[in-house]
Amino acid sequence: MSLKYLLGRLAVMVPVFFLVVTLVFFMIRFAPGGPFSSEKSVSPAILKNLEAKYHMDEPLSRQYLHYLKDLLHGDLGPSFKHANRTVNEIIAEALPVSLELGLLSLTWALMIGICAGGLAALKPNTSWDYIPMSFAILGICLPTFVVGPVLVLVFGVWLQWLPVAGWESWQDRVLPSLTLGFAYAAYISRLTRGGLMEIRMQDFIRTARAKGLSESDILLKHSLRGGLLPVISYLGPALAGIITGALVTETIFNIPGLGRFFIESAVNRDYTVVMGTSLLYFTLIFVCNFLVDIFYALLDPRVKYV
Amino acid sequence: MSEIMAQSQSIVNEEGQSLWADAWFRLKKNHLAVLGLCFLVFEMMLFFGVPLISTVGYEAQNLELTLAAPSFQHWLGTDTLGRDLFQRLLYGGRISLTVGILASLVSAIVGVIYGSVAGFLGGKIDGFLMRVVDVLYALPFIFLVIILMVYFGRNLILLFVALGLTQWLTMARIVRGQVLSLRHKEFIEAAKSLGIRQRKIVLRHLIPNTLGAVIVYLTLTVPSVILEEAFLSYLGLGVQAPMASWGTLIKEGVDVMDQAPWLLFFPALCLSTTLFSLNFLGDGLRDALDPKGAKD
Repeated sequence: MSLKYLLGRLAVMVPVFFLVVTLVFFMIRFAPGGPFSSEKSVSPAILKNLEAKYHMDEPLSRQYLHYLKDLLHGDLGPSFKHANRTVNEIIAEALPVSLELGLLSLTWALMIGICAGGLAALKPNTSWDYIPMSFAILGICLPTFVVGPVLVLVFGVWLQWLPVAGWESWQDRVLPSLTLGFAYAAYISRLTRGGLMEIRMQDFIRTARAKGLSESDILLKHSLRGGLLPVISYLGPALAGIITGALVTETIFNIPGLGRFFIESAVNRDYTVVMGTSLLYFTLIFVCNFLVDIFYALLDPRVKYV
Repeated sequence: MSEIMAQSQSIVNEEGQSLWADAWFRLKKNHLAVLGLCFLVFEMMLFFGVPLISTVGYEAQNLELTLAAPSFQHWLGTDTLGRDLFQRLLYGGRISLTVGILASLVSAIVGVIYGSVAGFLGGKIDGFLMRVVDVLYALPFIFLVIILMVYFGRNLILLFVALGLTQWLTMARIVRGQVLSLRHKEFIEAAKSLGIRQRKIVLRHLIPNTLGAVIVYLTLTVPSVILEEAFLSYLGLGVQAPMASWGTLIKEGVDVMDQAPWLLFFPALCLSTTLFSLNFLGDGLRDALDPKGAKD
């Protein structure tokens, strides 16, 4: 993979990022209503002061340039609804929560998915294969907003093993991350199974078997690297999906992460928070896809980007 | 002379039939796809047939019979306002399917036009147009849809247009690939040498020939749109009361699931079986219509 290709991709990101900034900025501003329109009985004088404070009395183009200038300095502006808090502060608080949730979910997805898929590929057409693969189909067709509440009902309300909401102790982490990771575990197990089954037929595996290697040695040392390629290429979409899925998961479990702030601020017309959080989401997804592509090229010598 | 004409006509007819007859024959052998198709037809009949003969409306409240368990009178029980869940499921299904199908059509129209233009013009324009698609692929459109829904009111037309506009990228790629392989075929050369205008070549000769792939991908787009709509409705950003979709029904079910779990169970079951059937049917159609088609 050439450095030129990497730089080229990074270079494309810059104009796209500004396109997104512009699009979101004007989409929000042209919409009817404003952050102060729902405030109960604000006197015109206070409203005027509020608008002056947030530069809302200036023409839109000035506001836009103002926002861009602050953005270049890494300043996302003050929140309109959370008094005395800046968007940077809100993100600094919410981002670690969301990252933790996302990484935990991805870990679950990879662990469960690869184990189940590997097992199924080792003993195809037995119950080791059928049972996990039936669960996988279930996982793919049930959306997060069904799986989450059902897990809450069973483990939180009926069995009372785990807390139903919040984000304090480690027990709080279990249900949300399982909920979010479940569908991806399902996909990954199918991809793992498919990848490994395909590799099994290859000549170099037959050679390894002829050498007298044990099945588990063949799996770990020879099949996995090639067999996991479909999983790696799926990681990009999976990460994007986990980031989006976190919107619902954070709502279900009342987790103070980015997703909840995004939805809440969108509903409240908290302009700067909506801008800040959505820009962060776009950047996150860009970076994730980029890293996954690099990783994929490192793992598969056949892939050459030019 | 006329005999020869008739003969060639019948050959043409036979071949024209055989493509679809062949596809149907192959589809029939795929039991899961047939099962999915039967389920969808049955569901459509319920959705659009039952409201014609039933006496209870989906909005009819009965505050003396709230959260009732399934019974003879209310087959699937009632919700918090005593509304019949069966009727609401049918109504929600109509909305969900309508949004799914209309949004997929929007995505198909945009994707087909974009893809065929890129494929037909080729060269630098094609390179640029496809580069734009690559870049757009990396954007999480659902965030833009959420912002759109919040700021411009939650009406149904905006909902399916917005959802459709998130889904056209893959369609554009597929159609472009098809057009690219078709545009050097003899019949296009013939059309060009007859002096037919470019626009007409694209509309009359290229696009109809991509129809198989378009139908297949359309079938696979419908379930993902339904899922996105349910996702938005669950967050309270999609279909608004008094209208209902499966997403809003699931949301309502979640709120009372410890008292009346069936209010969550039945909508969830409906949604997942429908998504399931559509996916199986789409996969089956792909194998039937486009045996060498790549999975994308």
